[in-house]
Amino acid sequence: MEALTTRRKVLEQKRMTLLERIYLPAIASGMGITLRHFFKKKATINFPEQQRPVPRVYRGLHILNRDEQGRERCTACGLCAVACPAEAITMEAAERKPGEENLYREEKYAAKYEINMLRCIFCGFCEDACPKDAIYLETTFAPANYNRNNFIYTKDMLLLGAKREEIKPPLTQ
Amino acid sequence: MVTLAQVLPAIILIVVIFALTMLVALYSTFAERKVAAFIQDRVGPNRAGPGGIFQPLADGVKFFMKEEVIPVLSNKFLFILGPSIAITASLMTGVVVPWGPDITLFGKTYPLQIVDIEIGILYVFAVVSVGIYGIMIGGWASNNKFSLMGAIRASSQVISYELSMGLAIIALIMVTGTLSLREIVEQQHGWHWNILYQPVGFILFLVCAFAEANRTPFDLPECETELVGGYHTEYSSMKLGFYLFAEYINMFISSAIMSTLYFGGYNYPGMDAVNEFVGPVIGPLIGFAVLFAKTCFFIFFFMWVRWTIPRFRYDQLMNLGWKGLIPLGILNLIATGAAVLYFK
Repeated sequence: MEALTTRRKVLEQKRMTLLERIYLPAIASGMGITLRHFFKKKATINFPEQQRPVPRVYRGLHILNRDEQGRERCTACGLCAVACPAEAITMEAAERKPGEENLYREEKYAAKYEINMLRCIFCGFCEDACPKDAIYLETTFAPANYNRNNFIYTKDMLLLGAKREEIKPPLTQ
Repeated sequence: MVTLAQVLPAIILIVVIFALTMLVALYSTFAERKVAAFIQDRVGPNRAGPGGIFQPLADGVKFFMKEEVIPVLSNKFLFILGPSIAITASLMTGVVVPWGPDITLFGKTYPLQIVDIEIGILYVFAVVSVGIYGIMIGGWASNNKFSLMGAIRASSQVISYELSMGLAIIALIMVTGTLSLREIVEQQHGWHWNILYQPVGFILFLVCAFAEANRTPFDLPECETELVGGYHTEYSSMKLGFYLFAEYINMFISSAIMSTLYFGGYNYPGMDAVNEFVGPVIGPLIGFAVLFAKTCFFIFFFMWVRWTIPRFRYDQLMNLGWKGLIPLGILNLIATGAAVLYFK
């Protein structure tokens, strides 16, 4: 019968030779391989002390951007929350009052803006969706924590210039 | 009437050997993880203490703190008896190993061996065979099919491999003419190690030691992929710890026995000159250090093999034991007998 594929290979079922049957030469060569690996340079990166460098486009923790005058750019349109596949973003909008023009760029702003970093998959769709250039992903990432609540980042942790705990890996050239 | 002064050196020696065995077993667990990591291009545990040297202590504390589960349908008495037998039997074997030549302290000579029994090798054999009861009883008392399977495999494996180990030992005894471990070591003075006379016997003994200690490639009793955890599936807390500990103690003792029987024990080339130079106190201690170094090498060898060779299948194991090692052992026995007769 004609072969259905060209990748067919007939296996030869031949008996093992005596040298193969006593295992010992094969075992010795195998142990040579493991011994070579024993003295090889290790692949491990000892994390907190050493860190793997990340590229500049690495998608890490989010940041809420400000404009040149230091006003919040976010207008709470909700497009980032809609774009988010993990549904990690929640927000509440509020109207800018007279006298707050130095705080918010437009008439509407986010009174509450939270990202659950445990839900977030760091895909960067929010960054793509934002029409106001308000949300960006930095190259930092969140340190471990004992409490799940501490992974819900509130607006004061997300705003540009906010103080938050984060791990800053070195950047690749 | 036995006075305290007569017994005291023996008691001190017992305590020292016991502590040493425990310490070596403790650090074997650490060494195993380190060796595994290094062979797999990792660095292994390195967080507890400098270089991770407190890791075994952390593991020990963890074992004690874990919840102890005894299955409702198990036989409680036997369930507890199992690990107790395993660890007791493995600790008992160290008694007859001559750890060093006689040491002279304060004008008196003390042997660095707890007891010198005439039938030292037979004693080791007997006690090692008792150890398997710990596994069998534990596996059976768990009332778990995986445990039972593991225990059955363990017992059949140990029984099969004890035969060829016995054949290897008989050939060795024909060469040395004695069963006492001390005399066997004394005969290997300098570089006259038994490995030169019994290379095939050594390989037989080595393979069987792997099987007796339930080490890879013969760790079928506890093969995770088929039997969950084998005979210790149902065990938790320090009872599990005792089983694992017993395995490491067995490894240590069989390494010591292998160095004693085939690699000259505390003898090393040029030992006479060294002994004359350093005197009767330091000399024996160097002898002990040499034996310890040989033992450590074998422990490393056990681990090295474990991370190199995959596990044998059950029928392959039995084939190797009954069709490979036993005929080889008998051939070795006949050849040794002929050689002994010829050269006498």
